[in-house]
Amino acid sequence: MTTRTLAVVSAGLSNPSSTRLLADRLTTATVEALRARGDDTTVEVVELRGHARDLADALVTGFPNTELQAAIDTVVGADAVIAVTPVFSASYSGLFKTFFDVLDKDALIGTPVLLGATAGTARHSLAIEFAMRPLFAYLRALPVPTGVFAAAEDWAGGGSGALSGRIDRAAGELADVVTGRPAATRPDDPFADPTTSFEELLKGN
Amino acid sequence: MQFGIFTVGDVTPDPTTGRTPTEAERVKSLIAIALKAEEVGLDVFAQGQHHNPPFVVSSPTTTLGYIAAKTEKLVLSTSTTLITTTDPVKIAEDFATLQHVSDGRVDLMMGRGNTGPVYPWFGKDIRDGIPLAVENYQLLRRLWREDVVDWTGQFRTPLQGFTSTPRPLDGVPPFVWHGSIRSPQIAEQAAYYGDGFFHNHIFWPAEHTQRMVEYYRRRFEHYGHGSADQAIVGLGGQVFMRKNSQDAVREFRPYFDNAPVYGGGPSLEEFTSQTPLTVGSPEQVIERTLGFRDYVGDYQRQLFLIDHAGLPLKTVLEQLDILGEEVVPVLRREFAALKPAHVPDAPTHASLVAAAGGGRMSTVHAADDVTGRTVETAAQA
Repeated sequence: MTTRTLAVVSAGLSNPSSTRLLADRLTTATVEALRARGDDTTVEVVELRGHARDLADALVTGFPNTELQAAIDTVVGADAVIAVTPVFSASYSGLFKTFFDVLDKDALIGTPVLLGATAGTARHSLAIEFAMRPLFAYLRALPVPTGVFAAAEDWAGGGSGALSGRIDRAAGELADVVTGRPAATRPDDPFADPTTSFEELLKGN
Repeated sequence: MQFGIFTVGDVTPDPTTGRTPTEAERVKSLIAIALKAEEVGLDVFAQGQHHNPPFVVSSPTTTLGYIAAKTEKLVLSTSTTLITTTDPVKIAEDFATLQHVSDGRVDLMMGRGNTGPVYPWFGKDIRDGIPLAVENYQLLRRLWREDVVDWTGQFRTPLQGFTSTPRPLDGVPPFVWHGSIRSPQIAEQAAYYGDGFFHNHIFWPAEHTQRMVEYYRRRFEHYGHGSADQAIVGLGGQVFMRKNSQDAVREFRPYFDNAPVYGGGPSLEEFTSQTPLTVGSPEQVIERTLGFRDYVGDYQRQLFLIDHAGLPLKTVLEQLDILGEEVVPVLRREFAALKPAHVPDAPTHASLVAAAGGGRMSTVHAADDVTGRTVETAAQA
């Protein structure tokens, strides 16, 4: 049995937040889906609200402080990521974007990602497709086909089961991608001995 | 071990008075600061190179040449010389000239420069930063070491039968450091040639500096220049001191809060804990600076940044007094007591001449373009 690490990035701001609530539902469903496929899961949650000032500082100084670096390492080293944001002004929140701005652009290449978003109204439901998906395409991550959007009415919707159905479908898609892959490896160490010799760089001089 | 100061030469309003010095005042203040550095017993003055406002350091050897004439012992250096956008021929000529003017009191630190718009002003592209640094530096080395150079490269007009004049003093080129905050390729370059590696150190957490220096030391040994602990390492540092640390914090805070490179981010206290910035008493600066050795090993050069962010000249000169009287003498003694005998000092002109087996007459006389005769061969004939 393989143990997978699942990093959950939640950009919710209130407590309790519907963004975190959705993130938890997606996480539970993913852990179950992985177990059904024979894998254990270690879950690490990164609440971005706790790093709001760290993120602003990192933009200004160019380096993440110790706490933010730990959060970055958690996400970069995970086998899969669940990323959930509230929709602000028709897109992901600035806090959510800032976290992905401070990651190295190559940090999530090939990482399976489940996208989630919350909003007060269903009229924002395509924000996942037109805002989040291009961001993760740029990062060359692997977002699964089903993104899960939850509006206020989904939480109030009682027994319709529509939201639960989307959550289970998305979790299954994520688990399918993860179990088909080798366990995550750490990114290349920039301080490893170089693969190109300095003589090679000097050629022609 | 060498101690000194490095400046970026910024013209920044003093946030406590709102007054911005003129360019003339700032250029003169750089000179006053350098002369004071010698007076208080520091070893090195290094200045940056920038080609845009708010800086006044576009022509480093002009300022350094004047300082050379007014000083006796101070080593004149750069922080950094833009190896990417400055013609290596001009660097070779300017700094060989400065060697003669200063009787060998010169070395240089190569840097790529992080100001994107500068590259196109000089016909270059920032995406070529590393290849430019590699090619230009290799050419610079040849210009100093070979009397006649034939050369073709990617970034500059070819040279045929070119002699860079004047030739280096005593036939020995200035020592070179390579500065980089985050590019292992530059540490690799320094290691390859057995040159020095300088980490700016002041804007990032110490662990990052440690990794870069470790890498440089390991590669220095790999290329056969000596053991890793014999590699030539320099560090930056930034300090502001008053007798009582609370006074230092109170006085420095408005400069920190408004500095273009600091303001709007972490608080002074956070930045002090996350980076080597030290604002406090001379004793605190001594303790912190001695601690650098714990993560980079025995090193050869410590430069402090003390004159940016709009600090008035009077204050900067007071900082130099404190450095010279209370801090550096203790650091010299303590570092020297800790350093093993096999760890070398930073190379100087004298040590490089000795290593070359003595100086040599390096002048290249013009050849008659018809007969090929030079003054020398004519005299022998």
